[in-house]
Amino acid sequence: MISGGLDSMLAARTIQEQGIHVEGINFFTGFCVEGHTHAIREKDKAKPKRNNSLWVAEQLGIKLHIVDVIEEYKNVLLNPKHGYGQHMNPCLDCKIFMVNKAKQWIVENDFDFIITGEVIGQRPMSQRKATMPIVARESGADDLLLRPLCAKNLPATLPEREGWVDREKLHDITGRSRKPQMAMAKDFGIDEYSQPAGGCCFLTDKYYSAKLVDLWKARDSREYELDDVMLLKVGRHIRPQPHYKLIIAREEGEGRFLEGYKKDYISMKCVSHQGPLVLIDGTIAAEDLYLAASITARYGQGREAEQVEINVLYQDGAERCLQVKPMLEQDIPKAWFI
Amino acid sequence: MTREVLNARRLLCPLPVIRTQDKVKKMQPGDQLEVICTDPGVMQDIPTWCRINGHKVLELLSGDHEYTVILEVGDDKLNKLPIDLTM
Ligand code: SF4
Repeated sequence: MISGGLDSMLAARTIQEQGIHVEGINFFTGFCVEGHTHAIREKDKAKPKRNNSLWVAEQLGIKLHIVDVIEEYKNVLLNPKHGYGQHMNPCLDCKIFMVNKAKQWIVENDFDFIITGEVIGQRPMSQRKATMPIVARESGADDLLLRPLCAKNLPATLPEREGWVDREKLHDITGRSRKPQMAMAKDFGIDEYSQPAGGCCFLTDKYYSAKLVDLWKARDSREYELDDVMLLKVGRHIRPQPHYKLIIAREEGEGRFLEGYKKDYISMKCVSHQGPLVLIDGTIAAEDLYLAASITARYGQGREAEQVEINVLYQDGAERCLQVKPMLEQDIPKAWFI
Repeated sequence: MTREVLNARRLLCPLPVIRTQDKVKKMQPGDQLEVICTDPGVMQDIPTWCRINGHKVLELLSGDHEYTVILEVGDDKLNKLPIDLTM
């Protein structure tokens, strides 16, 4: 299982060193940080937009199979048997789910066992000594699940017992220190790898999780679609009233991305001055339009003007123009910002 | 040889790669696929995916916020190495 990070890269490499054919599998839940925001935001244009798991696979010289699990993942996120981590991250259930999918995949594709980059004690929720057997058992992978980086601290798995893999050449890393992995990377001649600061998943992000919970609360339902997940990654979100919120593009790249949603949402844009595109998520009443328009005006070049003109575009193409006074920054309550 | 077009506009990486991968699975070696996207990340990701999976990129086109990758499906037979325990 290739996440795009260093640990799974080292795990795969350790097994390759034993002359074993390895192929990578990577799961896309919709919440993966992978390139998305970089691809959207103009200011990040200079940064490489590579997909880390593809890059890792290429470095290792292995094939990579990326599996779309967006739909199935909903149940993991909405009903995690083992609960959430610090934010909306159901890490243990997520691990179990992914290993289970990998198990199905190896059966269908005639592979012998699964390798992950897990390390005992590396993560507080999903990578503890106590959770290692839970993942193996509840995923149904049992002893076909080999963790080469910490295998020597765990009971021998089937590949080790059968001699497919030489247990002596596996590792015994524990704990949160990254030093053993860095040393191993050096030994393997791997000098470039990604070390995502906030993890690889938006669900571990405090602000993202808050926006997700806000969305569920506002809709009185925890149903979500991929577009919802994507839109939570983009723009400034302001909820002046429970039944609608504004998604305000922060720069050109985001504006272009939001343009793609104009047929699905009511949108607003200042026409008398330069200003960002704003989507309205929820059901906005006619009397709320002025408030939304004055907030929209606040984020455009006309913010100091006495009056600006805001165009309201409905999903069916109908349009309406409103003359509003831009709201002052100090008049927008902090609680409206999600 | 057939040539097909895949509309991957509005999708963000890795979804265009996933859609390409799933489409290519149903095609034959030598067939061509034109993938039209709006995420500039595809200019890097689809060629990488092609390289590691044995397909050939014929053309990369970009213009007016659209990015097109034309690829030729390779002979993607699994070629597993036997387990070698002598190493
Ligand atoms: S960080 Fe996200 S992807 Fe990783 S295990 Fe936790 S929930 Fe799953």
